[in-house]
Amino acid sequence: MSGNEPVDRQLPNISPEKATREPGQSGTASEPERSRWNVAMREILNGSAMISLLAVVLAIIIGGILIAVTDENVQATAGYFFSRPGDMIAAIWNSVSGAYVSLFQGSIYNFRRPGFANGIRPLMDTLTFATPLIVAGLGVALGFRAGLFNIGGRGQMLFGASAAGWVAFSFAGLPFPLHLIFAVVAGVIAGALWSGLAGLLKATTGANEVITTIMLNYVAYYFVYWMLSTQGLLQLPGSNNPKSPGMLPSAVLPPLFGQQYSLHWGFIIAILVTFFAWWLLNRSRLGFQFKAVGLNPDAARVAGINVPRMIVYVMLFSGAFVGLAGVFQVLGTVTTGFSAGIDAGIGFDAITVALLGRSKPWGVFAAAVLFGAFKAGGFAMQASQGISVDIVLVVQSVIVLLIAAPPLVRAVFRLPKPNLLSPLKSNKTQGKKAVVTK
Amino acid sequence: MKLELRGITKRFGALVANDHISVVVEPGEIHCLLGENGAGKSTLMNVLYGLYQADEGEILLDDKVQKFSGPGDAMAAGIGMVHQHFMLIPVFTVAENVMLGHEPTTFGDRLNVAKAREQVREISQRFGFDLDPDALVGDLPVGVQQRVEIIKALSRDAKVLVFDEPTAVLTPQETDELMLIMKQLKETGTSIVFITHKLREVREVADKITVIRLGKVVGEASPTASNEELASMMVGRAIELTIEKGKAKLGQPALVVDKLSVIDPIGQLVVNNISFDIKEGEIVAVAGVQGNGQTELVEAIMGLQSKVTGGITLNGRSLVGRSVREVLDAGVGFVPEDRNEDGLVSEFTIAENLMLDRSNGEPFVKHGTLQLATLAEFAEEKLTEFDIRAQGIGTHAGNLSGGNQQKVVLARELSRELKLLVAAQPTRGLDVGSVEFVHTRIVEARDSGVPVLVVSTELDEVVALADRIAVMYRGGIVGIVPGDTPRDVLGLMMAGEAPSGGKAA
Ligand SMILES: Nc1ncnc2c1ncn2[C@@H]1O[C@H](COP(=O)(O)OP(=O)(O)OP(=O)(O)O)[C@@H](O)[C@H]1O
Ligand SMILES: [Mg+2]
Repeated sequence: MSGNEPVDRQLPNISPEKATREPGQSGTASEPERSRWNVAMREILNGSAMISLLAVVLAIIIGGILIAVTDENVQATAGYFFSRPGDMIAAIWNSVSGAYVSLFQGSIYNFRRPGFANGIRPLMDTLTFATPLIVAGLGVALGFRAGLFNIGGRGQMLFGASAAGWVAFSFAGLPFPLHLIFAVVAGVIAGALWSGLAGLLKATTGANEVITTIMLNYVAYYFVYWMLSTQGLLQLPGSNNPKSPGMLPSAVLPPLFGQQYSLHWGFIIAILVTFFAWWLLNRSRLGFQFKAVGLNPDAARVAGINVPRMIVYVMLFSGAFVGLAGVFQVLGTVTTGFSAGIDAGIGFDAITVALLGRSKPWGVFAAAVLFGAFKAGGFAMQASQGISVDIVLVVQSVIVLLIAAPPLVRAVFRLPKPNLLSPLKSNKTQGKKAVVTK
Repeated sequence: MKLELRGITKRFGALVANDHISVVVEPGEIHCLLGENGAGKSTLMNVLYGLYQADEGEILLDDKVQKFSGPGDAMAAGIGMVHQHFMLIPVFTVAENVMLGHEPTTFGDRLNVAKAREQVREISQRFGFDLDPDALVGDLPVGVQQRVEIIKALSRDAKVLVFDEPTAVLTPQETDELMLIMKQLKETGTSIVFITHKLREVREVADKITVIRLGKVVGEASPTASNEELASMMVGRAIELTIEKGKAKLGQPALVVDKLSVIDPIGQLVVNNISFDIKEGEIVAVAGVQGNGQTELVEAIMGLQSKVTGGITLNGRSLVGRSVREVLDAGVGFVPEDRNEDGLVSEFTIAENLMLDRSNGEPFVKHGTLQLATLAEFAEEKLTEFDIRAQGIGTHAGNLSGGNQQKVVLARELSRELKLLVAAQPTRGLDVGSVEFVHTRIVEARDSGVPVLVVSTELDEVVALADRIAVMYRGGIVGIVPGDTPRDVLGLMMAGEAPSGGKAA
């Protein structure tokens, strides 16, 4: 919170000359500029942002190696490497640079297409993919900050999508913004309640949320599948497929920059939600209590915070965010009707995104955009270079692996070790929290 | 083994916690480190133990320069340490914690838990400690955890032993036992570094005393120096060791505890049918050996115990069955006995911790939004008022020295409009200067008419503060006696013997 106050109350001994000062007397740092830089540098080097960034860099390098070794030209030239090493080096360069150029062109800007309007289309796709990931990632991140591991993204998305979808294809005749708002709210509430159920189980019986949310995923999947296969519920009338009718135009999220791009207003909502999440975590009473419960539930209880109630609230908020991702899927990404696979794995990717974003709202936002880019660019890479889209998945997975092991990243880049202990933490955190946040 | 620290410097950002500190500890010497809260004692010891890397300076053992990149290296070199902030794994048992790091194994690399258990039994016997090797450490009260730490360090036959405020949470008897053990170890040539804020202990065991102030060595003191001399050397000014306390101006009975019994979560009767009252403007101290129901009594008042029978009323309103929030809102200030566990969120800043139990409304929250400016102003003020040594209000509580953490809790609880103050071990880990300050504040609260309940295992503290003393033994109250009751009488009462004059006062 008030973390970066100018350091005007220095601790006893900033510099030798000052060491004899009486306690309580204030003074200014001898070299404020330098020391502040010093602190900033340390913060950056040891801090989580740097680790996340380096994890991405390292993963891209590893991805490059994989692309090279699986490339046929590289394999062919390797056969006569010692007679003409240049061939192999050229082949490696071609395959790796080709892959990453097409990844870039598929996800940010395509120079081969005429005109800016066409060239920028990949970025629009990236943001479209990112939109549900942002809100779902925020939902998971919120849980992390409160010490809860919400793996139930899939179930919450499915319920969010079903509720929003049902409102959106029924109720013909409702006017445009009203119908849309109604659908969005329904989806958000459905997601919140489904996740709140896991919260309630934890608060009342102590059931571990990791297990209950995973189990509730299965319940949600088969339940939604059943509704999608049942006439009169979610199934398209007269159809045999487990699929819903298309959404009515009055409930669809309108395109943000015209029909030519896939990007819809959900992206703006996602930005607003990110703002909201930031406010919630850093400026609101509720966020303060969430974090206190997540970091030290005993102290929170002694401080008069109702811990079980907070757990339910956190899960409600978390599920609301994730449910919104489901809403974006049915009202923005695919508006022609949905099946039980509408979550598209976003509920799980959201965990990675939350980790990569270090559970900080804008970090999650950036991580979600990166993952959106991988998704958009991965398809382009496969189409133009014949490289399996799985390489992108490998890159994503390596990122997860590296974030989970900061010491590994530090070792690779020879970053200084952080101090081994921070007094209080050492005693408390072990065994109490599954995930270290903040 | 001879230990030498030469020119050790450790910086945390702009803060110099240790500034070219040099100390020599000869074999068979008990070397006391004295210094105010935040002087840098624990930091120095953590450098020695390999938990921090020194920015400058070197560590020598028997005149050979050592290079420790972690506690493993330090342990291998023969250094053992009892930490101020325990380094125990809560989900492990006592025996498992003790063997951690040098696990005895049997044939085929299987863990030999039986041997560790045996070791725990053997050492606790030597010590007079009552410890169950199979108890989960997380379930134990702090005092007991401290014993586990001590046993852990002793079980390794270290040549250099560091005790960082081991006695803060020990009973006087246990402290005496520990000091005996220290003397025994010294006879066998072990070098011992002993950190404590209790001057009586220093004088009893120290062969040499080094005083640290503001990260620097300010000199050596002789073990024969008087309390006042030692204290003024630490703080850099003369301080009063006994506080001025006028006669209590008693008002109406405010807190009335009537036939209170508490059954703890595992079904044991921990508080047994006790009754007492505290009047406005009165300090009642609950004395007793740790673990005789004091903790649960306090928890019952705060709404932290669920199975409570009998009555607790504050100014006529019943507190039984109320939530912690309601009790706090009734004007009860609470200093929990274990600040790390219950009093602070270590990853929160000082400012955030100062509003921890006031997050439900004004002045720090308006319309569900934190009032950061108000909070910052408040925190700055408290930092000065309570002399909390930190870089700023944005410092994480976990990065404060033990005594300064305690001051944060005290600052929070003493800065509210109070109808009752409940303080458990309020000065645990504080240096002599801060103890004086906190005692003065508690007496001020009393003089302004607030009833105060102090729980302390420290007789000095009980005697210094109490208008009346209630001694607890095995969940019951042995007797309630006047504040000037002689210590030997109190000592007998703490062992369960009722005072001769019946229920006085
Ligand atoms: N990990 C850390 N990061 C930043 N500052 C720290 C850290 N550890 C300690 N400090 C600071 O270094 C100073 C010295 O702390 P230290 O714990 O060594 O004090 P101490 O002499 O042991 O005090 P006490 O008697 O209260 O235990 C304190 O001001 C503390 O805030
Ligand atoms: Mg210390």
